[in-house]
Amino acid sequence: MKDYRAFLKEYDGPPVRIMEVCGTHTASIAHSGIVSLISSKIQLISGPGCPVCVTVTEYIDRLIELSLTPDTVVVTFGDMIRVTGSRQSLQDVRSEGGQVRMVYSPLDMIALAEAEPAKTFVFAAIGFETTAAVYAALIDEIARAGITNARLLTSLKTMPLVIEWVCSMQGGIDGFLAPGHVSVITGSDLFVPLAEKYRIPFAVAGFEGEQILIALYALVKMILHGDSRVMNLYPSAVTAGGNQTAQHMINTYFEPCDAAWRGMGIIPDSGMILRPEYLHYDAGSRDLYSDHSHHPGCRCAKVITGAQKPAQCPLFGTLCTPDKPQGACMVSTEGSCYSYFVNRRNA
Amino acid sequence: MAHGSGGKATTELISSIFARYFDNPILAKMEDAAVVPGAARIAMTTDSFVVTPLFFAGGDIGKLAVCGTVNDLAMSGAVPKYLTCGFILEEGVEFADLERIVFSMAQTATDAGVMIVAGDTKVIEGKGGLYINTAGVGFLPEGDFAVSSSNCGDKDVILLSGTLGDHHAAILSARMGIENTIQSDCAPLHGMVSELLKEKIRVRAMRDVTRGGLATVLHEFAAASRKCLQIQEDQIPVTAQVQGLCGILGLDPLYMGNEGKMVAAVAAEDAQRALACLKNSPYGRDAAIIGEVIPGEEGTLLLHTRTGGTRMLTELYGEGLPRIC
Repeated sequence: MKDYRAFLKEYDGPPVRIMEVCGTHTASIAHSGIVSLISSKIQLISGPGCPVCVTVTEYIDRLIELSLTPDTVVVTFGDMIRVTGSRQSLQDVRSEGGQVRMVYSPLDMIALAEAEPAKTFVFAAIGFETTAAVYAALIDEIARAGITNARLLTSLKTMPLVIEWVCSMQGGIDGFLAPGHVSVITGSDLFVPLAEKYRIPFAVAGFEGEQILIALYALVKMILHGDSRVMNLYPSAVTAGGNQTAQHMINTYFEPCDAAWRGMGIIPDSGMILRPEYLHYDAGSRDLYSDHSHHPGCRCAKVITGAQKPAQCPLFGTLCTPDKPQGACMVSTEGSCYSYFVNRRNA
Repeated sequence: MAHGSGGKATTELISSIFARYFDNPILAKMEDAAVVPGAARIAMTTDSFVVTPLFFAGGDIGKLAVCGTVNDLAMSGAVPKYLTCGFILEEGVEFADLERIVFSMAQTATDAGVMIVAGDTKVIEGKGGLYINTAGVGFLPEGDFAVSSSNCGDKDVILLSGTLGDHHAAILSARMGIENTIQSDCAPLHGMVSELLKEKIRVRAMRDVTRGGLATVLHEFAAASRKCLQIQEDQIPVTAQVQGLCGILGLDPLYMGNEGKMVAAVAAEDAQRALACLKNSPYGRDAAIIGEVIPGEEGTLLLHTRTGGTRMLTELYGEGLPRIC
């Protein structure tokens, strides 16, 4: 049992760079103190898997505009409230009369909409495949209940194309800790074409510290052997083909679209939007592409793609802290800058 | 409460409730101010309570209003003696709810050995909200009380009086309509404090673990004492239900609020006796030794994780927002 721990701690081979794509992995790596358990020759890089961090400013601006529209209420997860758009955040406009409610689950919006039928409720629907399945269930429920005052403002993204983007940037990533939650929905086979095309190994992992250590061990071994397979190390939750029911739900309500990623620009077909027949549930999600960094020094884009570590940003820890975030990576509890700052992870 | 904004009917209604439940000779005089016996040195504090919902598993706003102020007094080494309470009621408060809350305050005050000696009520327009302010006076024993967050010394041992996160989790569950059996830990702590003092435990620092959670309090100990504190994740008591809820919502018990837990740093030689004192209290059955002061960087708090790694803990940033995926 201890062999892989000793291997990771004492590893003295060629330096390897492993990207954890999922924000939950980023948070768990910090929480478990993983960095203190592995050799400094194994570098972990946080990728574009925190949905808040990859949302462009025009989307936030649109949410703010909606929150200030009479009889319109924006419903959101907590993280989004503090993210700054081109000028302000939802938190800022709250004091100016912006209507914003925070919930813990998208399905909470149904009760809100039913309680106040004269108002229109708009859910800030950001996320990846995992959350998309929940939004599909929400639309399904809204339709079934005949609710007419609930909408989504979507900024939904899908994993494989952004991982491909990172690969194509040749940022020197040697292996991927594949996103566990997304894989539950999509299945681990999703990453096979990428592994083959770019000759890079993937390990699908759970979120406990031990599970992450085992996945890192597997990845380093595969990297050393030039092995570019997709290993599913989270078989209790992830299958090769994924959750067909959830995939069907997503495909029923959403179709692929181009998506803008903060700092990366538009990646064709890397997003999802409501299908034309369900557009009456949409609050104007199309063409929200433009992205203005709040501060010219902000390096969110480079941090998200693994080109720079948080501490290499000139604002990190000085002008940009969790109390006064400049970029999205410092706002979300799953953001790499937040995680590095709060846990003083070796940045 | 149909009868509105502070008229005669309201006054009568409310005073009948208060007089009935907070029955004591000082309050019964109904003077403008309570006149009470004193001590050479007293501790005073005040706190306001605005929690929603008013009733939650394991407590209510009234119980909270007594425990919060009693615990603040206890942490300063004082024996809590007198409380005052101010109620602000919004129109629409149910009579039965008010009665339940006042009854609960009276019961908690009895449990905590304090007397509610003065009170005030205002009725304002609104939607049935209810807010309580309590102020408290406690008597300090003779001699210097050397307990301070800046007094942690080398090798001191850190004790926690029970499981983390129960109050926060109970409130969140009530707000979100999540069904579980999590109960708020809301409780008066002066009993276990006086036990520690009676047993002459060399307590260096102690604090009730409220908003900001354990990590925020211990970080403050580390910073104020200019020491390095290390706690063991696998020694920190958290119930399986609270752990589960935290997992779902992306919350960390180390940063969750409690209303009936305290943490103390004590001299290493006294640690086992201190643990026994805490465990003797009805509110300290799950008490545990969770860490110690170790050689290391000044002002840092370290967590030795269940996985075997080490990470630094900072004070709470932001509101402890739920994660989103």
